[in-house]
Amino acid sequence: MHWLPLLGVAVVVIGFALRFNPVPVVVAAGVVSGLAAGKSVADILTLLGTSFVSERALLLFVLTLPAIGVLERAGLREHARNWISRLHGFTLARLLISYLAIRQVLCMMGLTDIEGHAQTVRPLLAPMAEAAAEKRGAPLAQEERNDVRAFCAATDNIGRFFGEDVFIALGAVLLIQGFYAQHGIELEPLQIALWALPTAICAFLIHGARSVLFARRINAMATPVEAASDPVEKQKLPDADQHG
Amino acid sequence: MLTIEHAYWLLALFLAGAAWLNLRGRRGWHAAFWTVLAALFACGDFVLDAAKSHNEVPAQLAGIGVLALAVLAPRMHRGELREREEVMREADALRLRHKLFVPAILIPLVTMAVALFGSYAAFGGMRLFAQKQMTLTGLALACMVALIAALWVTRARPRAGLIEGRRLLDTLGWAALLPLTLAALGGVFAATGVGDAIAQLVRMAIPVNSALACIVAYGIGMVLFTVIMGNAFAAFPVLTAGIGLPLLIQLHGANPAILGALGMLTGYCGTLFTPMAANFNIVPVALLELPNQSDVIRAQWKTGAMLLILNLILMYFLVFRH
Repeated sequence: MHWLPLLGVAVVVIGFALRFNPVPVVVAAGVVSGLAAGKSVADILTLLGTSFVSERALLLFVLTLPAIGVLERAGLREHARNWISRLHGFTLARLLISYLAIRQVLCMMGLTDIEGHAQTVRPLLAPMAEAAAEKRGAPLAQEERNDVRAFCAATDNIGRFFGEDVFIALGAVLLIQGFYAQHGIELEPLQIALWALPTAICAFLIHGARSVLFARRINAMATPVEAASDPVEKQKLPDADQHG
Repeated sequence: MLTIEHAYWLLALFLAGAAWLNLRGRRGWHAAFWTVLAALFACGDFVLDAAKSHNEVPAQLAGIGVLALAVLAPRMHRGELREREEVMREADALRLRHKLFVPAILIPLVTMAVALFGSYAAFGGMRLFAQKQMTLTGLALACMVALIAALWVTRARPRAGLIEGRRLLDTLGWAALLPLTLAALGGVFAATGVGDAIAQLVRMAIPVNSALACIVAYGIGMVLFTVIMGNAFAAFPVLTAGIGLPLLIQLHGANPAILGALGMLTGYCGTLFTPMAANFNIVPVALLELPNQSDVIRAQWKTGAMLLILNLILMYFLVFRH
């Protein structure tokens, strides 16, 4: 057993801890781990190149950006906000829970890529959630706005992860089945998918409850003083440097 | 026939367009970054085909491209990209109202239509969509349909698609690339035996005769490995071959179907904790313009931790039933 390739893991951990830009950290980890395993530079380059281009599907979400951008230019986010703020009874908690339920059910049917951070969270869910939160009667402070957006992204992730495992025709279930088949254990996909259901239901209950608590916290933080503050201020985007 | 390669070429075209706009805007680092990435996307299939027939030069050039991206990434600072004024956006929003939702909804709807019915679509005896990665091919098609609809609804000029798309792409910046680089790292880790070393370490640390200790080691191992790799799919075969199969299934008689399903889900809890799962935890930070890298993780780790404990309990009580 070879322990040296674990150096690559150390590079990742240290790089992330020191808040270097993650892209060079990750590439460096690959190079270190390859060198430690005794591979030649040419082999490492081949390995990096082929692994990178075989995973191109991960960037396809970028194709949504032109359409979403054009709609944003014409006020998509503003309209989503206006619309939700006119709908009575559509509270932040209800919005988050409905989104979670839809996301989980669609993923259980194998439709994982039709919603996502680029497709639905930025253009629709986040502005709707902000508008729903502002129904408390006071505009959101920048920090609260960030919290609401982050919670939307979290809700999308949880809905996706704990939905897709129940779908039998691709991804997780087939990977599990394939692994066991290689080791001489034959299983039906449905046998595996069924046992993902209890966790899926618990994920909905736990995150749903957390959504209610989160919405309550946002509601409780409304201070009437802020309502009078400059309305232009809230539209400013954070310009903090993200490059860590 | 539409295949996933067409989608990659389309994406390469968009990246090249974004590079061109950046070059004209005197943002050289951004221009170089998107140019290299566009080249990697356009030539990807050529690289893979060449590697299959043992010509490794294109793959090595692609590897150099990846190194170049790593060098360029830290130089991409988020600059000032002007968005249309809010007053004008607000005015358009009041005029166009729900019409604005139609193109946005078209993205999921067309993708879903292709995913569900794409296998039956044919024209003159030829299938319209290749079977391989049909949903993602559908997503690419849906994006084009939505773009045309968006231009039509908003009466914007076609080049607005490139300009606005590039604005969002530059907002993402290097974060867009992270999922791909991490996946490539996964490939390298798998080829250099990192996984086996970790499974070995875990086995050295636990008393193998205790079923509970094995369950906890398997579950925590799945989480830790997922946190390091950013992907439960990478962790599953390693940990199940290292701990699940020999100790839990063969030694303690665990039910493989239940163990597999719950083991994978335990790994998913780990995905909620880690910046390595960049497409879920870092990309949205950039897309939603949040100030800290860890904002999304902070919003979700409690749900993940509760589900992790719950999964370990479920595993302990379900897998040994007969």
